[in-house]
Amino acid sequence: MPLPEAAILTKRQEIVARLQQIVPNGVVHTEREMRVYECDALTLYRQLPLVVVLPETVEQVSQILRVAQDMNVKVVPRGSGTSLSGGSLPLADAILLGMSKFNRVLEIDYENRCVRVQPGVTNSAITRAVEDEGFYYAPDPSSQIACSIGGNVAENSGGVHCLKYGLTTNNILGLEVVLMGGEILRLGGKHLDSDLYDLIGVLTGSEGLLGVITEVTVRILQKPATARGILLGFPTVQDGGDCVAEIIARGIIPGGLEMMDKASIDAVEAFQPCGYPRDAGSLVIVELDGTEAEVNVLIDRVADIAVKKGATSLKVSENEAERLRFWSGRKNAFPAVGAIGPDYLCMDGTIPRSQLSYVLTRMDQLAAQYGLRVANVFHAGDGNLHPLILYDSSKPGDSEKAEQFGADILCLCVEVGGVLTGEHGVGVEKRDLMDRMFNEIDLQQQERLKCAFDPAHRLNPGKVFPTLHRCAELGRMHVHNGQLPFPDLPRF
Amino acid sequence: MADLPSPEQPAPTAAPNEAAAMDILLPRDEKDVLAVVEAAVANRTPLEIMGFGSKTGLGGPVTAEKCLSLSALSGVTLYEPAELVLRAHAGTPLREIQALLAQNGQELAFEPMDHGDLYGLTKNDRIKGGTIGGTVAVNASGPRRIRAGAARDHLLGFQAVSGRGEIFKSGGRVMKNVTGYDLSKLLAGSHGTLAIMTEVTLKVLPRPENEESVVVSNLTEDQALALLRMATGLPYDISSFSCLPEGSLLGLARGPIAILRIEGPHLSVQKRKEEIITFFRKQAMFAKGQYDLLQEAVSREFWSAVRDALPVTAISGQVWRLSTAPTEAAPLVTAIHAAGVPILRWFYDWAGGLIWLCIEPSTDAHAEPIRAAVDRFGGHATLMRADDCIRAQTPVFHPQATALAALSQRVKLAFDPLSLLNRDKFGKNFEPRISDPKSSDSKPEQQTHNS
Repeated sequence: MPLPEAAILTKRQEIVARLQQIVPNGVVHTEREMRVYECDALTLYRQLPLVVVLPETVEQVSQILRVAQDMNVKVVPRGSGTSLSGGSLPLADAILLGMSKFNRVLEIDYENRCVRVQPGVTNSAITRAVEDEGFYYAPDPSSQIACSIGGNVAENSGGVHCLKYGLTTNNILGLEVVLMGGEILRLGGKHLDSDLYDLIGVLTGSEGLLGVITEVTVRILQKPATARGILLGFPTVQDGGDCVAEIIARGIIPGGLEMMDKASIDAVEAFQPCGYPRDAGSLVIVELDGTEAEVNVLIDRVADIAVKKGATSLKVSENEAERLRFWSGRKNAFPAVGAIGPDYLCMDGTIPRSQLSYVLTRMDQLAAQYGLRVANVFHAGDGNLHPLILYDSSKPGDSEKAEQFGADILCLCVEVGGVLTGEHGVGVEKRDLMDRMFNEIDLQQQERLKCAFDPAHRLNPGKVFPTLHRCAELGRMHVHNGQLPFPDLPRF
Repeated sequence: MADLPSPEQPAPTAAPNEAAAMDILLPRDEKDVLAVVEAAVANRTPLEIMGFGSKTGLGGPVTAEKCLSLSALSGVTLYEPAELVLRAHAGTPLREIQALLAQNGQELAFEPMDHGDLYGLTKNDRIKGGTIGGTVAVNASGPRRIRAGAARDHLLGFQAVSGRGEIFKSGGRVMKNVTGYDLSKLLAGSHGTLAIMTEVTLKVLPRPENEESVVVSNLTEDQALALLRMATGLPYDISSFSCLPEGSLLGLARGPIAILRIEGPHLSVQKRKEEIITFFRKQAMFAKGQYDLLQEAVSREFWSAVRDALPVTAISGQVWRLSTAPTEAAPLVTAIHAAGVPILRWFYDWAGGLIWLCIEPSTDAHAEPIRAAVDRFGGHATLMRADDCIRAQTPVFHPQATALAALSQRVKLAFDPLSLLNRDKFGKNFEPRISDPKSSDSKPEQQTHNS
């Protein structure tokens, strides 16, 4: 992380006092009380913030950001603190702006199929607010009972249903956002698309570097009439991958399409048996949802494809309890792997699905090289791979080895045409790998966008970008001396 | 090539003869594009960016000294049906991509509108259906917008040349990717004002095997819209929701109609259409409705007409496109009527969320009363068709509040600091003031954005 700025640290008393004027009962500044904020879900990194402030109104957020700008102090926004990439990791010289008190559902508008909420409302609380009427909010990150919708917007969170229903970015209609300096902007509303630039689109997934989200309007969908699962076992990962490819090539977009390797199957069966085939080299869960007529047609087609692709076991859920049981193992995968641990690191790369077999083979070679074990769960429909690297933090050097192994895996993902992160974000975790995917010009163009929102780099600095450039430096144009002739191209 | 539409009518500030004689540069590859922009930067030459020019009628008339067409930068570079991904040079004809996808039972699920009817293009111009780059640049969409999204939701990544004269990329070729800012969202709908996309990577999807539509008539317009809104919340996976008022074209209307589209495997479509009709017959409000069906071929034809806004584009007049909350659709149209705007025809798509209006031409396109009404009900209004001289005076895109407009301008300058790309596309008032050390040299284009 960037070295703490002494000029900020020496102003701490004054900063605390200014914040107390804005939010009299919402400033946390003793070391003991700040301790709970020292990390997010990437617990490898810990840092006490300069001070924590917990505003309750957008006006307070605006005043806080104005004061921060005036005093040249950094700000780290935080929702529920469930980021797996250190997106809300505090800085020693930054105000931690906690949005947990923004916890109200402001408006449910069934007729326009949207809900207006404050950013601290949890993902699953939105669904809970509307499920009695048969609706739900589609993106379902696995931390959904805890993670906040503001954090979901910041990270463009996904989940297991996003091949069919999209990510956060495909399910947002409106945002209220406060810029560094205190400007409050309202973007979108209950209508679709933006005139001029799609700022909602670019704020979504910006990891808290562009603005602080103070209100979100999300789209809600009617629950599918029915959903059924198919549990498939295959001799190898390659066979499972081929089946997934064939399902999609034949025009079927399942609501969920997950895959697990042998190590994961063994881990969940040891943790809490749920009837997964122990002899299989890979397991595929296909969930089809929609009207009963449609689901019945598609179930038969998928079963047919699976048999032709060499499935060694095939079970179709006959009732809701069975469908949920199919999922229970997948949903337990992380704690199950944790149980054989003692520690694990959850990685998050995306690859072109055709490269799956190659990537897993290379990963096995790397595992042998590092002397660490790895288990894989895979959002097979969209190519999002979650390797879980097992290590023992009490063994000297093991954490470092696990981190290095993780970095190698992500570089491998990029090498085969994939990306560093599918849904967890860059944060601090993958920051230094950004140059594996982007060249200097690509990164500088992204930083220039940052300058349009936050020219002093005060909002969540040290995340996403490996090196920080001053905006003035980025603004300089390399211009050839004198005038260039226009190139001699075909014309008409 | 001679059939291409003539270059945009010049804005009043440019000398007409100069613009009429404007060359169209045809870069053959990305390096050519870069060379053009580098020269433009060095010479401070504003550029008009286009594909085949099928959508030059959208947006303010561009002030430019040179025109750059990406039409020679063509071809699909990657297509993997089983991974639902296609990559193509920006100048690839949309029709070519659609034909390739159709061979594999796939399509661009966002059903990009064809602007041919709207802008009265000749048959020759329409064969290619514009370029894929242009389709993305205007964030095109169609009747499936609610379910399937717009171009923005399908652009996975791109490569482009910025107004700084630098090649950069963003995104990738995979569905799930949060690595760095999602610049794809920003470039989709940027109308060529940020960077020149040279290659785009898109998510493609299976084309539904069958489709049919349920037409409900013998309703009032309000009832038809209420039916559509209710339909968006039913678990029958209806994919499009349109309402045509009395007297609309398309030969269907006996009074206002609501029309719902059902797509999927044959058995499923048959079952669902019955369920839908049964459901609405049971609702007191819609019991008097008459329920008819459109079979496959007629249904496809109908929805492509809705996609291209045929009910309003087929007659002459100025055309507006309004995006609002579905519940506000009828009150908004009523308010625009009440403000004295002479509406010739209108219809609704997206369950009321999209309103197309054709109005009697006037010198200001009645922008003020229309936008005042839209501001009252929420949403935005885009002037889709009007003469160049009117679009040069009247903002085509919905004016933004001061702070938001300032941010949009800063975003523009982050990509195109000299405002060389499609200058004035977003209107003269949008053009940012540029602090350029070289601006003291008295090049005429420097004056336009200070005026």
